[in-house]
Amino acid sequence: MINEKVKLSPEIFKPEIKQEPTRFGFGEGLLIAGEADPNVVALCADITDSTRVSLFRDKFPDRFIEVGVAEQNMAGIAAGLALSGKIPFISSYATFSPGRNWEQIRTFIAYSNANVNIAGAHAGISTGPDGATHQATEDLAIMRVLPNMRIFVPCDAIETRKATVAGAKIWGPDYIRFTREKTPVFTTEETPFIPGKAEIFWESSKPQCAIIGCGPLIYNALLAAKDLAEEGINTIVVNNHTLKPMDEKIIIEVAKKCRAVVTVEEHQIKGGLGGAVAEILARNYPTPMEFIGMQDTFGESGNMKELIKKYGMDIEDIKRSVRRVIKRK
Amino acid sequence: MAESYDKKIEFLEEMANKIRQKIIKTLLETGSGHSAATLGSADIFTALYFHILNHDPKNPEWAERDRLILSCGHYCPVQYVAMAYAGYFPLEELKTLRRINSRLQGHPRYGDLPGIETTSGPLGVGLSQAIGMALAARMDKKKHRIYCLTSDGEHDEGNIWEAVMFAGKNRLSNLTNILDRNNIQIDGYTENVMPLEPLRAKYEAFNWHVLEVDGHNIEAIIDATNEAKAIYEKPTLIIAHTIPGKGVDFMESEFKYHGVPPTKDEAALALKELRTLCGKIEED
Repeated sequence: MINEKVKLSPEIFKPEIKQEPTRFGFGEGLLIAGEADPNVVALCADITDSTRVSLFRDKFPDRFIEVGVAEQNMAGIAAGLALSGKIPFISSYATFSPGRNWEQIRTFIAYSNANVNIAGAHAGISTGPDGATHQATEDLAIMRVLPNMRIFVPCDAIETRKATVAGAKIWGPDYIRFTREKTPVFTTEETPFIPGKAEIFWESSKPQCAIIGCGPLIYNALLAAKDLAEEGINTIVVNNHTLKPMDEKIIIEVAKKCRAVVTVEEHQIKGGLGGAVAEILARNYPTPMEFIGMQDTFGESGNMKELIKKYGMDIEDIKRSVRRVIKRK
Repeated sequence: MAESYDKKIEFLEEMANKIRQKIIKTLLETGSGHSAATLGSADIFTALYFHILNHDPKNPEWAERDRLILSCGHYCPVQYVAMAYAGYFPLEELKTLRRINSRLQGHPRYGDLPGIETTSGPLGVGLSQAIGMALAARMDKKKHRIYCLTSDGEHDEGNIWEAVMFAGKNRLSNLTNILDRNNIQIDGYTENVMPLEPLRAKYEAFNWHVLEVDGHNIEAIIDATNEAKAIYEKPTLIIAHTIPGKGVDFMESEFKYHGVPPTKDEAALALKELRTLCGKIEED
């Protein structure tokens, strides 16, 4: 059953549910953050429209900095701005930032604990036709290992907006990842978004498996949960939007309740959400797990739907994993 | 006035010599660290901390201070020594360099030691951070200046050239990059490892104002930074030609001293040379 307390969209399971790319939420969130605090500045590396930083640029041209196709320089400049009291947002495609400029981020942002917000667009395989070069499926792993770094993986455009506004307010470095294609907008203004606190989106009585996910694939997880309930398999679906610091309490709680876990992410299963959940459970409550995500392979060109299916992240895959993990109890 | 200025220069030259001696002692005590470039840039750091920078060692967070960003973090022993003499922290603390629980990390970390403006060490990123500070100063209509010290070897890094291009395009006239042109890097002479010349023409092509000075002539270094203040519309590069290991005869221009400290015997000899200006004067 949908958890009524989190006020998801009433349209959630209707085919006509509104679809919007999560990056739109970033553009709106950045604008709100900029209006709220004159120290917010935005840097972009030649893809200002695609990352929706254009909204901020048009409203605050004096606080917008175009660096050209130079992600390493962008990270360094942002560190200098932050150490001068500004609240910079740097944005590019996630393969390039935090991909190409990872060491600049590690040393001059994370190690310095500089107040820089890093926005990675086109994350996950759903980036689609551009192919694997532009599909960031490793960014969470490389960011998760950095001390001081917070990580947000919002599930829809509304949550991305909330995460962006929160990132501007929280002191210290953070990484927000979002995707390119339109995905269902299934949360609402009233849905709670508390950094570091995961939310239960679905819970049925006597659940047999917890599905812990992040990003737009949470929607697939909810559809899978609904189908499974009709089969008589009850589950919990957790929206783990903050990958760091993780809400260990809720992860352990649902693992104890279900004694079986499936993780769902549009990322390599090694080092991302799945790895993070496994680390927590191994220490606290060893639990059989299955991992939905990229299985140690690169993606390829194709449309979102085709790719999600081919690489094993669609509703049927989640259902199969749930059935499999329950058998392993 | 002229006489007092001459006296000032004389004081600075003596301070640079004191700093060199302290570098030798500190590196010997530490047992690791870079000898050549730290000695070679002692005159530049002396000029900066004791004349050029508008700063207050007792109030290192003063918002209007000039910023000095060390891009090549392995130079930090000279910076630490200069800062200690300038009054940022007690000279005694230099003994903790590179030791556990020290504020004086082997390569500086932002936040550990007041007065250190950025983390540095991994090369080629200081100029980008200096640019961020120059942009912030411009946005806030602040008058302070941003000085960045880069090494020549780190100009192999692509990130440096991204920064050079950006600063030129954005006419960051509040930014001065002092490039320590000592011609050595770990694997050998820069022009053999990866030729950098013509450095002047490269920076000029990116819309920088370029000056060249003898990096051991403190008066010339000061004059160049003053000229940089008068240049509007462009950032300034000061190419400071230096001799790595300057002041210690057997270390001068020897790239093998790039990344190593002196041995005990070498340190004794080096200190004697510094005290006697390589045998030109009697030891006290």
